[in-house]
Amino acid sequence: MSRFALLTYEFKESMFIALRAIRANKIRSALTMLGIFIGVTVVVLMTTAIKGIDNSFQQGISSLGSDVLYVQKWAWFAGDDWWKMRNRKPITMEEFERFKELVKLPVAVSPTNAFQQTLKHSSQTVDNIFIDASDQDFAKERNFTFDQGRFFTETESKSARNVIVLGSEIANDLFPYGNALGNEIKVGPVTYQVIGILSKQGSFLLGSFNPDQQAFIPLTSAFKYFMDKQHMSLTIQIRAANTAVLEDTREETEEAFRKVRKLTYNQEDDFAINQQEGMVDNYNKVVGVIQIAGLFITGLSLFVGAIGIMNIMFVSVKERTKEIGLRKALGAKRRTILAQFLLESSFICLVGGIAGLIAAVLLSYLVNQFIPTSVQYGAVIVAILVSLITGLISGFAPAYTAAKMDPVEALRFE
Amino acid sequence: MNIINIEHISKVYQVGTEQVHAIADISLKINQNEYVAIMGPSGSGKSTLMNMLGCLDTPSSGKYDFNGASVSQMTDNELAKIRNKEIGFVFQTFNLLARSDAIHNVELPLIYAGVPAIERKERAEQALMDVGLKDRMHHKPNELSGGQRQRVAVARALVTKPSIILADEPTGNLDSKTGEEIMILFNEIYEKGNTIILVTHEEYIAEHAARIIRIKDGLIEADVPVTNRYIPKMHAEVN
Repeated sequence: MSRFALLTYEFKESMFIALRAIRANKIRSALTMLGIFIGVTVVVLMTTAIKGIDNSFQQGISSLGSDVLYVQKWAWFAGDDWWKMRNRKPITMEEFERFKELVKLPVAVSPTNAFQQTLKHSSQTVDNIFIDASDQDFAKERNFTFDQGRFFTETESKSARNVIVLGSEIANDLFPYGNALGNEIKVGPVTYQVIGILSKQGSFLLGSFNPDQQAFIPLTSAFKYFMDKQHMSLTIQIRAANTAVLEDTREETEEAFRKVRKLTYNQEDDFAINQQEGMVDNYNKVVGVIQIAGLFITGLSLFVGAIGIMNIMFVSVKERTKEIGLRKALGAKRRTILAQFLLESSFICLVGGIAGLIAAVLLSYLVNQFIPTSVQYGAVIVAILVSLITGLISGFAPAYTAAKMDPVEALRFE
Repeated sequence: MNIINIEHISKVYQVGTEQVHAIADISLKINQNEYVAIMGPSGSGKSTLMNMLGCLDTPSSGKYDFNGASVSQMTDNELAKIRNKEIGFVFQTFNLLARSDAIHNVELPLIYAGVPAIERKERAEQALMDVGLKDRMHHKPNELSGGQRQRVAVARALVTKPSIILADEPTGNLDSKTGEEIMILFNEIYEKGNTIILVTHEEYIAEHAARIIRIKDGLIEADVPVTNRYIPKMHAEVN
């Protein structure tokens, strides 16, 4: 026999021997597999869930528009300047009007403010809804698509009409039978007419900022019932033509608003220009930590599984000392014994890993109900490789012990 | 021709701080188609000599040639190969794989010899037939009597057509009637031209052999041919 043929032969036979041993100890093998099974399931599910959260965030963030700037009193991610920002002037409607005349680059500029209210229709109530109040151009800021109806018009905005556009989830909650359009609802004590329902577009990750859970009314009408025009500070939303000109638009915005505020060259901005990039950066930081922590913790469960295997393999080697002695007496070489036990442990791991993978795929359908996601192919390959390598590593020490046993001692073992 | 040629071997074990000379100085030749019994009380070095003869262990000093090959110089893997090809072991406690049937147990040494599956099965079947277990091939050890188990072990020893059969107290775990049957089997094997080395401490078992080597304190005390060898006869009813 050639050397290669001999090795294939030995591999095949060692495999049969390993399979026999696994079959002979069904319960023990199954319990050992359980460790790897759980480890792989958790790791795969974890990566799947993280991917889902990520997808969801990316999708959600794009529903807010990646080319939108927010001129606000407060900066989003600056903790240290809190005291300075506290003393800034609020952004007023008049400032907005002047600003709007100064800027040329944006596709849309709109004043917004948000407040919380309870929405009600007959017996259906939804509490503490974030309502964005703005003008007709607000629809251009966001990539809104409509399930039914439309956004409010310039006329409706200017004349402070009691009209409201509902996010898809809010519409479902208030009108379980789907007859929202044209109907009247109560915003707090005030009656509004539903003129549009958005199609589903957000993500649960955005929380209260998820457009699916928001409602939209004209800012003018909000001034009438819900806000103190003198004291609140507006957010000016500015949409750039595209992300390529976002930086230019930002510069123009800063210049224009400094002009509005009549700031001299040596004065700092007394307003903030926010953009989603900051949000994405922040998100990436947070998710990065979650990812590392999550994979570490789940990896730990895989590690515990591996230790379980090593443990069982040591017991198995000890228990089969006499068998090992016999096999050696009958001509088994060191490498044959080594292969037998390594194959046994890696087979246990592989089967556990594949079973864990199947479980993870099934469970990911469940996860999919909450976070749209799918099992990552990369994770599948990694899971199989990891379980195989786990088997080899955790099986090595016991297998090596078996391989170097003295046949005389082993045969004498009782 | 000599199969086994041992010259002045010794085996020293380190037990704590003390050195134990399990074999002090033994020289020995065993020829083709001999039937040798090795006798000695426990602690005589009999087991150590058997391990040495079986290539399970190598001597501390001295020379051991097996079919002209120098065993004393061999590596673990070379020893494994010699054991596999040249030696058929029969143990007192049978040492069968409990969860495998008779045929798989007999196939085992052939697996390590690299014999392809089909040929392996044929040869294992033939070996089981030769020891009279045609109907028991797919029985597991716990479904077999003690005598039948030892027959499986004998079949396993014979299946590789080894140069010697090395039997360590082969009747020790059997009642006298079944033990006798195994000795009949050994006699048949011997008469077919095989070489048998029998390790025992029982005089009447040793008398089945043609030559008795007595070991005491790691030395050969006596090495004599059996003048009136006991040849076991088949009983009227054998199962």
